Amino acid sequence: MKKLSQIKHSAAAAPHIVWAVLFILLPLFIVTYYAFTDADGAFSFENVTSLSEYLKIFGLSMELAVIATFVCLLVGYPLAYIMARANPKRQKLFIMLLMLPMWTNLLIRTYSIMAILDDGGILNTILNTSMHIVGTKGAVIFGMVYDFLPYMVLPIYTCISKIDKHMWEAAADLGCNSFKVISKVIFPLSMSGVISGVTMVLVPSISTFYISQKLGGGTFELIGDTIERQFVTGALNVGAAISLVMMLLILLSLAVMNKFTDSEDGGIIA
Amino acid sequence: MSKLIELKGISKSYDGEKILNSMNLYIRDREFITLLGPSGCGKTTTLRIIGGFESADEGELYFDGVEISNVPTYKRPVNTVFQKYALFPHLNVYENIAFPLRLKKIPEDSIREKVSEMLKMVALEGFENKSVSTLSGGQQQRVAIARALVSHPRVLLLDEPLGALDLKLRKDMQNELKRIQQSIGITFIYVTHDQEEALSMSDTIVVMADGEIQQIGTPTDIYNEPKNAFVADFIGESNIIDGIMLEDKKVRLAGHVFDCVDGGFEKNEPVDVVIRPEDIDVVPVDKGMLNGYVTSVTFKGVHYEIIVDIKGFKWMIQSTDYVSPDSIIGVYIEPDAFHIMKKSKYSGKFGDYSSYSDEIEELSNADAAEEF
Repeated sequence: MKKLSQIKHSAAAAPHIVWAVLFILLPLFIVTYYAFTDADGAFSFENVTSLSEYLKIFGLSMELAVIATFVCLLVGYPLAYIMARANPKRQKLFIMLLMLPMWTNLLIRTYSIMAILDDGGILNTILNTSMHIVGTKGAVIFGMVYDFLPYMVLPIYTCISKIDKHMWEAAADLGCNSFKVISKVIFPLSMSGVISGVTMVLVPSISTFYISQKLGGGTFELIGDTIERQFVTGALNVGAAISLVMMLLILLSLAVMNKFTDSEDGGIIA
Repeated sequence: MSKLIELKGISKSYDGEKILNSMNLYIRDREFITLLGPSGCGKTTTLRIIGGFESADEGELYFDGVEISNVPTYKRPVNTVFQKYALFPHLNVYENIAFPLRLKKIPEDSIREKVSEMLKMVALEGFENKSVSTLSGGQQQRVAIARALVSHPRVLLLDEPLGALDLKLRKDMQNELKRIQQSIGITFIYVTHDQEEALSMSDTIVVMADGEIQQIGTPTDIYNEPKNAFVADFIGESNIIDGIMLEDKKVRLAGHVFDCVDGGFEKNEPVDVVIRPEDIDVVPVDKGMLNGYVTSVTFKGVHYEIIVDIKGFKWMIQSTDYVSPDSIIGVYIEPDAFHIMKKSKYSGKFGDYSSYSDEIEELSNADAAEEF
């Protein structure tokens, strides 16, 4: 009997295993293979060692992504909190409004931002100014925040709305004013939402190439752009090496974040 | 004992529905007071208004003579044990109990001393580093009590705290709570729908129904001298029979005139008469004051529960002697077993066992989780 059920189990899991092998493990293997071979297919460390010239680009990508993620958290957490505490009807409306921009394609949204912020764009025309925005770090960060904010808000919102309503009352009852209710109880309890939000914003922000190309006005090259350029120009091996290093970097930052949540006290704050 | 908390004309409505109707109540220092009533009677709302989780639409709330209606929860000298404990899942047992002390920036060694004192009181020594989610319901309950008491509040509010525990544990915790209340000597305001719990723990019981106080008194007062049909029915089992008070100490019911011990009514005033099932004796038919037809007999362990049809009204009798169903029996009632009450809006609604079944009783008690 037990064997039969085991067979059934594996049969049910088979499509997922096939999927995982075909679209996760195999590509990973291919990326690794390319990263450690040269154009002729011979084993080589050259791609990896050549990465030192991209160090600056790595640094800049990291910097912009971290700032964008931080801004998303700063804007997104209060928004998520207000959403989660609103009455159910309002909550639906809030989610709708938050999701609405996501129904528009990312490229179109980015182009629209460009049209608004450009030197001769809508904003400058309306204000009758000649601000130079596109091509600055600020514009790239703004684009990232605008595009990825929902990915920060939604997991935090879900997490806060799942917290037992009595937590607010218990905290207030034991002496917390409304600020301390959040800082001592609600924020630590919503840490898992914050971690997923940060992950979901940080990862695409690091690897984005489109936003930086359009809103960076060609003055910035981020790591995503570099990878794209490698593949477009046919330098597959270097592209693969950069991708691999970036994956490791992301993995590392996730591990660091998890370290925070797994700690005995249960959160960054405590 | 002085008045510690006083509610004056407190009213509260939700969505146009009146939950509390101009409630007046005072609570003395160091007493164990229980708000008792069925779900929806307003007992939890009363507690939440005292705790500061709700504000009243009308009326004033005084604490030690000072009005606190507009004082926020975190500044009130009362703490709460919530129905589902509301322990902080991100903190361990020690940190949960230390939580209110840390807010007050009390030095670490003093915190350690107070927390271990509390853990000792609730018999959870050695549980300091356990995660609260690994504890059983009873243990979580104890942590919640320790956390609420560690900063020495003047009043502890308890919202059906034993509702989620099984019967045996509930009995133990009842004794425990009473012991804790007496040993630390503060006021406990306890909300429950369980009349037995209320009777065994309280100094004072406040029986509530439909947003109004029906009766305030000691457990014995409430049981022996219920004010109206609602109280008589809610506290214990009662036969509530229409009667006519012919004169002092003479009541007519079921076509028979009985001697009783109550007086002070108008001549021939219609009244509700309460006779507790345990106060009725089963006797042979020729010795009975009234005779009736036994419709059902249920063995309850301590006694038999006998439903008897007397002139179309179903009475409940609790007797240790077995009688057989479908037989005719006589009943005998001592004069002091009659409790006479004035007619109220609850007259005729309670106290007839014609549709009685244990199952229905269980169902009506099971809606314990009172929504607010």
